[in-house]
Amino acid sequence: MQHLMSPLDLSVEELDKLLTLANDIEKNPQKYAHACEGKKLATCFYEPSTRTRLSFEAAMLNLGGSVLGFSSADSSSAAKGESVSDTIRVISCYADICAMRHPKEGAPLVASEKSKIPVINAGDGGHQHPTQTLTDLLTIRSLKGRLSNLNIGLCGDLKFGRTVHSLIHALIRYPNIKFTLISPEELRVPSYIREDVLRKNQVPFKEVERLEEAMADLDILYMTRVQKERFFNEDDYVRMKDFYILNKKKMSLAREDMIVMHPLPRVNEISVEVDDDPRAAYFQQVQYGVYVRMALILTLLEVEVC
Amino acid sequence: MLNVGAITEGFVLDHIQAGTSLSLYHDLKLDKLDCCVAIIKNARSNKMGKKDILKVECDIDTLDLDVLGFIDHNITVNIIKGEQIVEKRELHLPKEIKNIIHCRNPRCITSIEQELDQIFLLTDEATETYRCKYCEEKYKGPRARLRSHAR
Repeated sequence: MQHLMSPLDLSVEELDKLLTLANDIEKNPQKYAHACEGKKLATCFYEPSTRTRLSFEAAMLNLGGSVLGFSSADSSSAAKGESVSDTIRVISCYADICAMRHPKEGAPLVASEKSKIPVINAGDGGHQHPTQTLTDLLTIRSLKGRLSNLNIGLCGDLKFGRTVHSLIHALIRYPNIKFTLISPEELRVPSYIREDVLRKNQVPFKEVERLEEAMADLDILYMTRVQKERFFNEDDYVRMKDFYILNKKKMSLAREDMIVMHPLPRVNEISVEVDDDPRAAYFQQVQYGVYVRMALILTLLEVEVC
Repeated sequence: MLNVGAITEGFVLDHIQAGTSLSLYHDLKLDKLDCCVAIIKNARSNKMGKKDILKVECDIDTLDLDVLGFIDHNITVNIIKGEQIVEKRELHLPKEIKNIIHCRNPRCITSIEQELDQIFLLTDEATETYRCKYCEEKYKGPRARLRSHAR
């Protein structure tokens, strides 16, 4: 039985197989419409996350399966003090696969150690969010046709943004990847990413403060939200949140084939005027998120569709 | 020069970083043993300048070599029988340590689920980096800071 805790749990070959399956689902959705009939997905969300939870639920429903679960710790037995280990033992009796989000880092791993069913980490605090990374990889591969030979601009909150850290970890496994890290001084990537991941693996990168400086060279611009909950001080949040707003003027500096990605939800870091630009890929990204979760559910449940 | 007599059967931990033998004594839970223990501080050493030595008169099996390897894998372990060194054990950084140090990350699941084992994995031997199995928080150990970190 396989679980998914980190995007790096999958080898490059396994990942390639998963993304290929996701692309087949995209092209032939009817072929998979009954693949999980009679199977149940439990969505155990100890903190609210409408987007990820609904994406998982949509994925399972698209496969003909059904869903059950809870969407906050208050509405689960955690409110009564039940441990994650006990909860998953119980859930294992109700469902065939579980997607778990928890504010505490490592909680899904604890669950996977006691579970009788595959557990998918649907986000554990600031630690890992593997299905977002799989979504990003599928989007890049589908829209750019490759996961190598790319200059990826990562913009915004690079210090606390776990999606950015996970994406860096996942992409450095491919040849000829370059990063352009665009952030204010205060929100630069942590030193362990810069030193232990990028420099250690001899991945070329540059750090710039202005979005305009980087636009012309990018194959992908990955925007992130400056999250209010990451700040202790509201003044700091207000001061920084508008630093990097993508608008039509900045888009005019970019290549015709560049794509703009964003894990969503956005606040105001991408102006709505960019939404109609054919290079805006962030809503397609959401759709790819459903396909990749469908592929993941099929893979972990070992369901083969001929 | 202070003379401490030879032990008949037991083990001698040599080349302990000077000044750390007392915390090592506690880390190895030697205070719980009902046997003769000699702690020698600041002994002269050609290799280290100054060193500490621990002489313990009990069976080597009472010693957790993983804990010792984690604290300082440069310590020499001499096993004594009939007042002679019969074996020298090499220490290695253990791949995994359980319930020796605690994760200090307040966002880690171990911070709220107290029954979970505190497990750290050796993730980089060259830099002697251990990370919490659950949240991957780095522990920059080891040595004499172990006890203060664990509490």
